[in-house]
Amino acid sequence: MKRRTILAGAIALGLATPAFAEDPLKVGFVYVGPIGDGGWTFQHDQGRLAVEEAFGDKVETIYQESVPEGADAERVITQMALQGADIIFTTSFGYMDATNAVAAKFPDVKFEHATGFKREHPNVSTYDARFYEGRAVIGHIAGNMTETNKIGYIASFPIPEVIQGINSAYLHAAKVNPDVEMVVSWVYTWFDPAKEADAARAMIDQGVDVIMQHTDSTAPQAAAAEANENGGRVFTFGQASDMSAFAPVPRVASIIDDWSPYYIKRVGELMDGTYEQTASWGGMPEGEVVIGEITDAVPAEVKAEALAMVEAITAGEYHPFTGPINKQDGTAWLADGEVADDGALATMDFYVEGISGDIPN
Amino acid sequence: MIRLERRPTSSKAWGAASPLLAVALTMVAGGLMFAALGKDPFLAIRTIFWDPIFGEFAWYFRGQLLVKAAPLILIAVGLALGFRAGIWNIGAEGQYIIGAICGAAAGLVFYPAETRLIFPMMVVFGALGGFLWAMIPALLKVRFGTNEILVSLMLVYVAENILASAAVSWLRNPDAVGFPGSRNLSQWPAAANLELIEGTGAHWGVMAAVVAVIFAQVMLTRHLIGFQIRLTGAAPRAARFAGVRPARLVVLCLGVAGALAGMAGLFEVAGPAGQISIDFASGYGFTAIIVAFLGRLNPLGIVAAGLLMALTYVGGDNAAGNLGIPGAAISAFQGMLLFFLLAVDVLTNFRVRIGARKVAPFSGGPG
Repeated sequence: MKRRTILAGAIALGLATPAFAEDPLKVGFVYVGPIGDGGWTFQHDQGRLAVEEAFGDKVETIYQESVPEGADAERVITQMALQGADIIFTTSFGYMDATNAVAAKFPDVKFEHATGFKREHPNVSTYDARFYEGRAVIGHIAGNMTETNKIGYIASFPIPEVIQGINSAYLHAAKVNPDVEMVVSWVYTWFDPAKEADAARAMIDQGVDVIMQHTDSTAPQAAAAEANENGGRVFTFGQASDMSAFAPVPRVASIIDDWSPYYIKRVGELMDGTYEQTASWGGMPEGEVVIGEITDAVPAEVKAEALAMVEAITAGEYHPFTGPINKQDGTAWLADGEVADDGALATMDFYVEGISGDIPN
Repeated sequence: MIRLERRPTSSKAWGAASPLLAVALTMVAGGLMFAALGKDPFLAIRTIFWDPIFGEFAWYFRGQLLVKAAPLILIAVGLALGFRAGIWNIGAEGQYIIGAICGAAAGLVFYPAETRLIFPMMVVFGALGGFLWAMIPALLKVRFGTNEILVSLMLVYVAENILASAAVSWLRNPDAVGFPGSRNLSQWPAAANLELIEGTGAHWGVMAAVVAVIFAQVMLTRHLIGFQIRLTGAAPRAARFAGVRPARLVVLCLGVAGALAGMAGLFEVAGPAGQISIDFASGYGFTAIIVAFLGRLNPLGIVAAGLLMALTYVGGDNAAGNLGIPGAAISAFQGMLLFFLLAVDVLTNFRVRIGARKVAPFSGGPG
């Protein structure tokens, strides 16, 4: 009966929609962190603001921050649908089951789930960004910048997206500096300033002089800045958001997630009736992965090479996973000139040759 | 000059009135905060306290109140027994997590079997997990005299790490290509904690909470153990003379609280949450401490307190979503409730005297 009553509510709303055709399109966003996290959620909210700017009073956006992944998510998403949202973006992996469950009850509402893979109903789409394209560029810079030949990678969870990033960064660092070693630290969180800072400090103590992060806080940047004040020479890269407060050093470049193009595109499609279910995976060509300003701490020549790589990836001329690439155990993965297909990337669960250590399982 | 003077006995009237006064004060102070944020305070208070029960979508939110209140009540009832006896189990959150993990693991061993026997077995393992986790501080206290506050609290962090490892490795859904999180129990009919009457939100955990409240109430008022608990809390020395064995009481109170918290975790993981994930622990174990005190450590009071707390969560989320009130302001609002309760509680045990301290008139004496 629960389903039926909610359905009745949804139908009532559906019937009400034509009567208020002049009403703005209501766009909902569910955030996992606070907007002020300066990283992941901040960038999604920038996307929301871009939608408002692009469509003016033709849209009304609503959002809710710091929604825990779990029982509360389903209620919050349901609440948004009940309040008449026409499309709801749920911006964290952990909302996957909740998004699909609510979508079943509101067939007239569109649901867009970030970074997930379940599309159990025709009104659920998924979207993600090819962050590994950005990792290739900062891997290239990192390989050039390191003097100790140790690059640190603060990794969140052993999921394909993160493993792609580690592999992509390593491949491009090793290309310019074959002696480079990857020091991976698993922190099992997307956002925990204390843990991230601890990981960064431990790396610096081990002699790591370039730190990449797949977590969202600025704590590793602050830890590196602190080391530099004490005579260290440590470089970092902004993650998710530009983190330009730490430029020109330690932050020498950044990978910015720009969700605005995707959000504007999808909302626009919904308005003009061309909206369809998709599984989107955009990258530099779509403007979803952006390299932030490369500072003068990076030699001009390296900077030029990095920018050339951005251009090649954007133009579709270069794929960061182009063979020959072997797996960690030495078996062949991609033959010379072969390019990884999306299916293999989306399920990546191995390191490439040259990275030591195991992926926790 | 304003002074506080200890009452000879705590005031019954203030004891009953202070939660209501605290709620009223929270509304006033919260309203001022919302106004300072540029929101309509009356609309905000209405959205939080009125709309979930009587508003347009109350048919959905009333059920959600039960879903939110059930684990709080279940845990708080167990905690209240110990708190009454002066046994401070601060680690219900850990017992809740371990209960969920044990229950979920016990069920997943049999995946994908299709028999409804799996769910009751999971409930038993959930209760057992919470019970055993609570036995650690209990036995350490009884055997070595350790402080149960510290041990139970520290075990929460241990439990959180076990949860993380369960979610990313040994309970991980093998079909999820490396993504953290177990299989979804609520989508597996044999293990799902279903609603007893669809649309009401009343799942098995709600039933368990009702039963626990009745049991606790009867035990406290009619049973010898209840008397011993109350006596130990009020006068530990007298209790010893009356034949109460403190060690047994420690094991009993922590054990019951642990088992109830573990069951709450299992009902949550098999129902509303659906799966073991890194963020499964949502703080119910800590919030339940507030609920226990808000409910005056009385089982029936805890029911009211649990529902009120659930209302601030559900209504608070609605206010955040509909009125654009920042999440932090909602948290502050919930914090105010506890703050005012503690503040007003002073009046239960103290009397406010205005004016200078009067020296008792000297009448007679050795001249």
